[in-house]
Amino acid sequence: MTNKLPANSVGLVKPQTAHFHAPFTFANGSILAQHELVYETYGELNDAGDNAVLICHALSGSHHAAGFHSADDRRPGWWDLAIGPGKPIDTNRLFVVCSNNLGCCDGSSGPNTINLSTGEAWGGTFPQPQVSDWVRSQKQLAESLGIGRWAAVIGGSLGGMQALQWAVDFPDWVEHCVALAAAPGLTAQNIAFNEIARHAILSDPDWCEGDYLAQNKLPARGVALARMVGHLTYMSADGMSDRFGRELREGSFAPGDNREWVFQVESYLRHQGSRFSTQFDANTYVLMTRALDLFDLASEHGGDLVAALSQAQASFLIASFSSDWRFPPQRSIEIRDALMAAGKSVTYANIETDDGHDGFLLPNPTYEALLAQWMRRVGPS
Amino acid sequence: MNRLDLRTVLDWVPTGSRVLDLGCGDGTFLARLRDERAAIGVGVDIDPNNLVAAVAKGLDVIQEDINDGLHCFTANRFDVVVLAHALQELTHPHIALQRMVDIADEAIVSFPNFGHWSCRLHLGIKGKMPMSRAMPLHWYDTPNIHFCTVRDFEALCSALEIDIIERATISGNAQHLLAKWRPNLFATSAIYRIRRSGG
Repeated sequence: MTNKLPANSVGLVKPQTAHFHAPFTFANGSILAQHELVYETYGELNDAGDNAVLICHALSGSHHAAGFHSADDRRPGWWDLAIGPGKPIDTNRLFVVCSNNLGCCDGSSGPNTINLSTGEAWGGTFPQPQVSDWVRSQKQLAESLGIGRWAAVIGGSLGGMQALQWAVDFPDWVEHCVALAAAPGLTAQNIAFNEIARHAILSDPDWCEGDYLAQNKLPARGVALARMVGHLTYMSADGMSDRFGRELREGSFAPGDNREWVFQVESYLRHQGSRFSTQFDANTYVLMTRALDLFDLASEHGGDLVAALSQAQASFLIASFSSDWRFPPQRSIEIRDALMAAGKSVTYANIETDDGHDGFLLPNPTYEALLAQWMRRVGPS
Repeated sequence: MNRLDLRTVLDWVPTGSRVLDLGCGDGTFLARLRDERAAIGVGVDIDPNNLVAAVAKGLDVIQEDINDGLHCFTANRFDVVVLAHALQELTHPHIALQRMVDIADEAIVSFPNFGHWSCRLHLGIKGKMPMSRAMPLHWYDTPNIHFCTVRDFEALCSALEIDIIERATISGNAQHLLAKWRPNLFATSAIYRIRRSGG
């Protein structure tokens, strides 16, 4: 229970909805006649309009990046660690915007919203978005908010890739770019893990070819399994050993004790999977993992990452996390080296941690200090 | 540590240069280069606390181990590469020197001179590895694993086909003339401007 919100929190926040009535054309040619984006903002946009910062969320993230939706809210937004008054992304100085990506399931137009031309939920018929589609839709949102340029675009994981795409697609819009635990494109191993997750969902009998909402079903087992696999790739082996070891949650190995035993790590994964399966839309998970698979920053520049990043005008902060094996430090180093070869301003750190890919969301003194110090160069001085 | 060498390095960096500072520490010197020499600097350091401190000074820093070969730095990106009092900490000083003159037209290197008479006296009389105020650590737990002398360094440059453009020395009180006359005996530190032969 949070009756009194922490002093360094952005406090109570309310999601807002932007309506776009002009047709939106996706990179794959699909068209939405109209759509909505749900977003939150923290801090105030200044008169000069030069203190706006965009936060891009990761695979299962949302627009709710910081603060609380009600005084009884037990958990703040997903990146409350970094966003707030006096925090690294300081809302005393900066106007922070975070939107739910098109095709997601937290309020923006997506598979679980109504297709006005049929009157039914989109389900499996919602267009496949790509990262560049999200960037263009966020640009429309920015313009509707009176923003003409981002002082910074910031994200981790998929959000980091989106931030890089921003810097490449709209160079004069992005003054600073922060990409944490990101990659310039997915590897075969990354795609393989995503395929396992999708396969789990698609093999659930309640998947109904993506039409589960209309048929009043929920492929919860498939989504839970997808999440368990995904979650495993977010943690490091050492981190899991420290946290769970070989501890039992239930039962014992004592002779004569015939109860079924459950390891702590099993219980944890089951809990994560089951909680996620009722909160996250299955079609969205399929669309998001496909968008990740399709991401390849260099592809529009003949596979040349240096050529792609040469477009950018931003200064970059690239950070990796030492035990991250989903997007390992080497992937961030590829981005860093391409940026340097392109003659861009770049700072790079590899944060020492056992937290794996999740490191970008978790407390770490070096990481927080680095982000805070680097962010001082963002926005009006 | 005697860091009079940095004054010389500062004087040698042309105004407005693009500078790569290897082993930049907390960025104090790179910030001076930026503020006093209008240098566009990039620092390299392995230590996370140094990294944060350098970022706090508004600098661009790359966390990287110099011993890994500096492969991320392509040619023509920098005018000057600086390695100030870090040569003796490297696993392969000769490889780093070669990379430095490849990366930039000119490299500036400073190091403590192990040929100084006090080091020789220490080793000669006591028969033990020299320790002093400037070098307070025991041989077994010092990061300085590759001490060299002025003569050693110049021989290495010659072997690597690296030209010495200029040499400066730092010395104790009233020994400036002696250091100029016999640098290997009287310089506590030496500073060199070097470049690839024929470059």
